[in-house]
Amino acid sequence: MGDGFLSALLTDPTLRVVGLGAGAVGALAGALGCFALLRRQSLLGDAVSHAALPGIVLAFLLTGSRATPVLVLGAAFAGWMGTLFVMAVVRHSRVPEDSALGILLSVFFGAGLVLLTYLQRTPTAAQAGLDTFLFGQAATLLIQDVILVVGVGAVAILLLALFWKEMKLLCFDGEYGRVQGIPMNRMDVLLTSLLVVAIVLGLQTVGVVLMSALVVAPAAAARQWTDSLGVMVLLAGVLGGLAGVGGAWVSTLGDGIPTGPTIVLLASAVVVVSILAAPRRGILWDRIRLRRTRARLRSGSPGSALPGDTPGGGV
Amino acid sequence: MPLHLEIQLLAVVVAAACALPGVFLVLRRVSLISDAISHSVLLGIVLAFFWVRDLTHPALVVGATATGILTVVLVEALHRSGRVKEDAAIALVFPALFSLAVLLIARYAGQMHLDVHSVLLGEIALSPFRRWEMGGVDLGPRTLWMMGGILVLNAAAILILWKELKLSTFDPALAAALGFSPVVLHYSFMALVSVTAVGAFDAVGSILVVALMIAPPATAWLLTDRLTHMVGLSVLLAVSAALSGFWGAWILDVSIAGAMATMTGVGFVLAFFLAPDRGVLAGIRRRTRQRVEFAGMLLAVHLLNHEGTLDEVQETRIDHLQQHLRWSPDFARRVINRAERVGWVRREGSERLRLTPLGRETARVGMTR
Repeated sequence: MGDGFLSALLTDPTLRVVGLGAGAVGALAGALGCFALLRRQSLLGDAVSHAALPGIVLAFLLTGSRATPVLVLGAAFAGWMGTLFVMAVVRHSRVPEDSALGILLSVFFGAGLVLLTYLQRTPTAAQAGLDTFLFGQAATLLIQDVILVVGVGAVAILLLALFWKEMKLLCFDGEYGRVQGIPMNRMDVLLTSLLVVAIVLGLQTVGVVLMSALVVAPAAAARQWTDSLGVMVLLAGVLGGLAGVGGAWVSTLGDGIPTGPTIVLLASAVVVVSILAAPRRGILWDRIRLRRTRARLRSGSPGSALPGDTPGGGV
Repeated sequence: MPLHLEIQLLAVVVAAACALPGVFLVLRRVSLISDAISHSVLLGIVLAFFWVRDLTHPALVVGATATGILTVVLVEALHRSGRVKEDAAIALVFPALFSLAVLLIARYAGQMHLDVHSVLLGEIALSPFRRWEMGGVDLGPRTLWMMGGILVLNAAAILILWKELKLSTFDPALAAALGFSPVVLHYSFMALVSVTAVGAFDAVGSILVVALMIAPPATAWLLTDRLTHMVGLSVLLAVSAALSGFWGAWILDVSIAGAMATMTGVGFVLAFFLAPDRGVLAGIRRRTRQRVEFAGMLLAVHLLNHEGTLDEVQETRIDHLQQHLRWSPDFARRVINRAERVGWVRREGSERLRLTPLGRETARVGMTR
């Protein structure tokens, strides 16, 4: 089975492109998602991917081009404006972050719909294809798109590596970084921008609704296996990439298996397994530990028993 | 009734029905549960459809509501397991459920007229075409009846549970201590949100459900501190966004749901900047005023300090003040004008200041404060 897939991946040009693209998107979103997860910005992915819609439509309206880089640029701009909006609202009003995110995603998306329907009325509208950003259609990926994802992704990872120490501080102790004289606000903007870029790059593959899962799921799974940020980012990248490639493969197995949802379900399955079975943090290990402790206490070995646990005991 | 009136009536009912539970979603900081629920109900609809094979069957509403509650249960179970934070739990649960639904629809698309487009985007303009007839009599759009029922249900629930909701929202610990079961209340409330999302997304799509549930209450929260006012204002804002959105969309011939969502955002942005007390502009004005007030106090203290000393002549010169207190000429003029107006200082000649008795008293109080 695996052999068949591997050879298909190497020989079938369409599958190769889709598999590569989905894998690259998954790896990039997974790696950057770690930071979103640790900074409790998991839902930013959801909000940004929705907020990207008006940017995509506007980019098309202004340039008349349907080339992926143009649309991605528009999406990134809108997503970025959206995050600035959320930051401003949280800072300058008592509206909490979750409400600000909700307003961002629904209002920007609504505005995007208005623009999209406006576009559909204009006679020159060759807008077919913008829709794929809404629901994702990995099959429409071209080799140029994959090159774009890989290229931009490489730059993003490079930046991440360059500012690794600062990013780590941002996640765990921003105040300390500020005291050390590191411009944490700028680092915050940089990291958020990288995340926005990763999200809009994935829209074409998995779509607006499901992109948030691709950001959060690999990171949440990886978190269960390690306490080291470096390992977590690597692992999340690998898991995200595997989910992407795997989803692309599964969707070729039968008719009517859309790639995006398959990728998300695979990634979710990995999360479930990780939460249950990861060594030390896993729920199953918790149960086993509990059972062992109980057995030890019951068998009367007083080694670790508390004073109050001996019958009639207590000082 | 003409078509556009029916659409507007439906829009008003949907807006009010969504805004009511939305108030408590925003205040309890669980706004994004509405996003999660409004997406994952799709799975319930699909599964219920496989059961009854009829897209108009009431079982679909039951199934959808059940998955709405399932979403909340799953999010909380994940969160409580301690393995992931709450926001991550939300971001994990609803895409998985939604993916499953999309997969099922895609696999068996031929059998049902349910496409993901209409679920997400909604088409309120089509709702009036699905009529409810009884004995050959046309009773109006079916969605209107359903949403009307949900509106009544929401209003009744909030009226009956007013005290409990209020207390558990603002002081959950006290509510629990007084014996209100937060769990029962929480799940009843979430069931209400689910029912509303199910009914509304059939009419307007899940995205507009989120907009109507969150944006008007958040806007109202910027305008008032009273819960009763906030509820009323939310409904009012949601209804006006729905109506203005409808007319905007009608005139420009664009997506009605999209225009309504946009209008809820316009309302929020206006309030964010212009709200009387909590708006950004009001904040700027307040800070400027406080700065001038504080500087006036500083001026009075400075004058008092040098009263009767040798350098009094020098220290009370207006141009020296600018230097000494490092005020810009413009700022100094504003401070002095205000201090003069409230009677703390008066001008002596054209370039010197002298404290009035009131100013002297103020400076003494100010120094000991």
